[in-house]
Amino acid sequence: MATATVSGGQIGRSLPRLEGHDKVTGRAEYTHLMQLPGMLHAKIFRSTVAHGRIKSVDTSAARKVPGVYAVYTGDDVRTVIAEPYYGPAFHDQPILAIGKVHFVGEPVAVVLASDPHVADQAAQQIVAEYEELPAVFDEVEAAENKTLVHDELKPAGTFADLKHLKGRKGTNIALDFRLRRGDVDKAFAAAAHVFEHMFRTQKVLHLPLEPHASIADYRDDGVTIYSSAQGPSFVRTEIARLLGWPENRVRIKVPYLGGGYGGKLYIKLEALATAMSMLARRPVKIAHTMEEHFYTITKHPTTFRIKSGLDQDGRIIARKCEVWWNGGAYADIGPRVTQKSGFTAAGPYDIENVSIDSYALYTNLTPAGALRGFGIPQLVWAYESHTDMIARALNRDPLEFRKQNLLRDGRPQATGTILKDTAIEKVLDRIAERLNWKQPFDRGKGVVRRGRGFAVALKAVISPTTSVAIVNVSADGSTTLYCGTVDMGQGSDTAMAQMVGEVLNMPAESVRVVPRDTDVTPYDMGTLGSRSLFHMGHAVRLAAEEALAKIADLRRELGEPEGSNAPLADLFRKKYGMQAGNIVGTGIYKPDYIPPDANGLTTNATPFWMVAGSGVEIEVDTETGHVRITRLINVADVGKPINPKIVETQLSGASLMQLGFSMFEKMHIDGGQVTNASLADYKIPGMHDMPPVMENEAVDTYQSNGPFGAKGVGELATFGLSPAIANAIDDAVGVRLTELPLTAESVFRALRAKDNKPLGDE
Amino acid sequence: MNTAATTTINFTLNGRPVAADVKPHHNVVEMLQTQFALFGARESCGQGLCGCCTVLVDGRPVSGCLHLAVFLEGAEVVTVEHLAAPGKLDPVQQAFIQCGAFQCGYCTPGFVMMTKALIGQHPDPDDEQIRDYLSGNLCRCAAYPEIVNAVKMAARNSKAGSTG
Repeated sequence: MATATVSGGQIGRSLPRLEGHDKVTGRAEYTHLMQLPGMLHAKIFRSTVAHGRIKSVDTSAARKVPGVYAVYTGDDVRTVIAEPYYGPAFHDQPILAIGKVHFVGEPVAVVLASDPHVADQAAQQIVAEYEELPAVFDEVEAAENKTLVHDELKPAGTFADLKHLKGRKGTNIALDFRLRRGDVDKAFAAAAHVFEHMFRTQKVLHLPLEPHASIADYRDDGVTIYSSAQGPSFVRTEIARLLGWPENRVRIKVPYLGGGYGGKLYIKLEALATAMSMLARRPVKIAHTMEEHFYTITKHPTTFRIKSGLDQDGRIIARKCEVWWNGGAYADIGPRVTQKSGFTAAGPYDIENVSIDSYALYTNLTPAGALRGFGIPQLVWAYESHTDMIARALNRDPLEFRKQNLLRDGRPQATGTILKDTAIEKVLDRIAERLNWKQPFDRGKGVVRRGRGFAVALKAVISPTTSVAIVNVSADGSTTLYCGTVDMGQGSDTAMAQMVGEVLNMPAESVRVVPRDTDVTPYDMGTLGSRSLFHMGHAVRLAAEEALAKIADLRRELGEPEGSNAPLADLFRKKYGMQAGNIVGTGIYKPDYIPPDANGLTTNATPFWMVAGSGVEIEVDTETGHVRITRLINVADVGKPINPKIVETQLSGASLMQLGFSMFEKMHIDGGQVTNASLADYKIPGMHDMPPVMENEAVDTYQSNGPFGAKGVGELATFGLSPAIANAIDDAVGVRLTELPLTAESVFRALRAKDNKPLGDE
Repeated sequence: MNTAATTTINFTLNGRPVAADVKPHHNVVEMLQTQFALFGARESCGQGLCGCCTVLVDGRPVSGCLHLAVFLEGAEVVTVEHLAAPGKLDPVQQAFIQCGAFQCGYCTPGFVMMTKALIGQHPDPDDEQIRDYLSGNLCRCAAYPEIVNAVKMAARNSKAGSTG
């Protein structure tokens, strides 16, 4: 695809964020802070058991609390929405529990009151009785079918490749994705070396500092929902489906998001707020506390068994991947993570024979969805640890071993799709150069040992998806952009304005970006998976180009001489006799895509590949197991940066977030109950966790089919960090950790085990 | 709870004398939002750990989610809304924009207020002082490197501004 050859001077500008003024003065809007006249506050009463049949819910005491407006349960919801189940892949999640509860923290009843304190107090007066059922928590155990989370699978009609699962019974497997390339069994039989390892990741969560919030204002002729949502178009479609309404009676308004990271995708509180507003016939606000995020959405814990066969020369000739994704009680987007990330489970290596089985599992835990990487960080954790272990076992340099096996442009990825515009080798080389990899490294001799490590990764952007944008030039020449991409901190409003400015030759600062409102902003699949800059970027570019063409038409129509640059305002005045009229350009973008066949193969799996890696230098205190990262390097292929400063902060921020997931973040769960559901007990990275030296680099590349040569960046620096640190720990002290997080305790236990003095369990 | 007694408190808010009717359980954030429509201080963790609710009380930063409103009787309270003069941002706010020291912006008012307190106490802070002073403020987007740069720039510019 050819992109516009214009030069408004806006691409490559490190323009500060357009909304900066509102954010530093405390004036930026967030749903969690919004109020509507006559609004009721909702507080949720949640399940205390992981799996059980609801015997009774006694709300009588709660109703008697002075100031309570109403108390509702799943039975009440059914009086206004007959089939109150939602979800992007499966219609499996009830608005309030019906019949059964499937995880601790599942919403069972709601109290409404004008005073949120009253609602909170009353919710504590509700008493539920359950007949407890056996529960399953581990993803590998769940695959064995002994305890069933759901009686029957209920795939949504949205995805053709899930239809065969409709009505399936007796299983916890929500999706089994398979890929078969070549003949792995034969290749393993012929291999000179075979390595097999097992890796696990823990349950962590997004924890945006603005917790989830939705306000629904239901009227008989329409509903308006204000929500902290990453995908307003999806919310509109799904609420319209639940209500049996056309989409144009459902309006979703999304101000800025106080962080999202994947946690505010699809339906979260919107359906519950709508049902409550329908029942109460008043606007209803649900604003979560921080604790409630732990019962809403998380990242998939995984188990990944990976096996590689190598020939005499050290070439990887076969790789077998089995990945179990712990999706929790409701599928959310798990089946998509399982497939769309699953097909890159063999990593950025050129391997003739690949077998991948990727399973989305139901368990009795808080549901899991996408978290900054759409499953990729879990996969990279395994395949880049595994790759390093093989190199070390064969006494090969980890860099040379990777380069020998690296997947390069022009070669087929496991799906068969030919790789294009991927600077994998460049990224790897730049990390190695920054680490001075070929120079000797002082590992220390005393209590504190030093090590270094790196990892590199490949991701395919999710496909196929659609974005639509509108560019509106007003009669004074000022320009407005309507697009549904949600700015949750990634700087999309600024980047999109830069693209409009580039085409229309005006400063990005002068372009108004309209806040998301489905009555006004057109369709977008969702702000997720680093897709927006590419997909919405193209739509915005096309819309601006159409407006530009219409301006040129108007100049001709008015008899302006060729090359005239009469101000736009003059053109409108000449045409309409006064300051009147508009020029409207629209753009729709949907890339080509070929769905995978029964073996997971396709010649067009994705419109673009993402490439990134990390390198670290660390110190390990051998007396305590404490690991200190002294230097953190992130290198990525983002195509041509639209806004280099924002790209840098995205890389830096993503890697520091992943540092938490790598080093200490973990939801502790006992019998299905989260035991550290607060920021006091669940630590996230702070100032003191920032390594003393951080380097971020976007290598010099150009995405040939990208808007202005650009592609996505938001997730990239999460990919390689965890295995880079584990590889560095091995380099420093010779122990290998295969389970995240890499806590001092786990390092110390491994050191003791290595010295044949293992510690006991407690 | 709604039957609890209401107390009238008098204090100075952003330079003006004000009165508010508060109940014993109302914290500073809730009072500022519901009675004065000030949303810059906002509750996130609700435990005084994230700093999103930071306001200055008699010049000292406090966590507005833990500090009860009734304690404000007679106090001088400054919120993020008071820093900028019309058309002119505070040097701290300017530095945060220039350095790209925020992403989603939810934690930003808290960081801005804490930085204000920091450079009031240490006009020329080094890296260690900045990290220590701001360790009670969390940013899930992890704009920490840019925040450190912004604090340094703000300190420089505040000094330049105060000496004319």
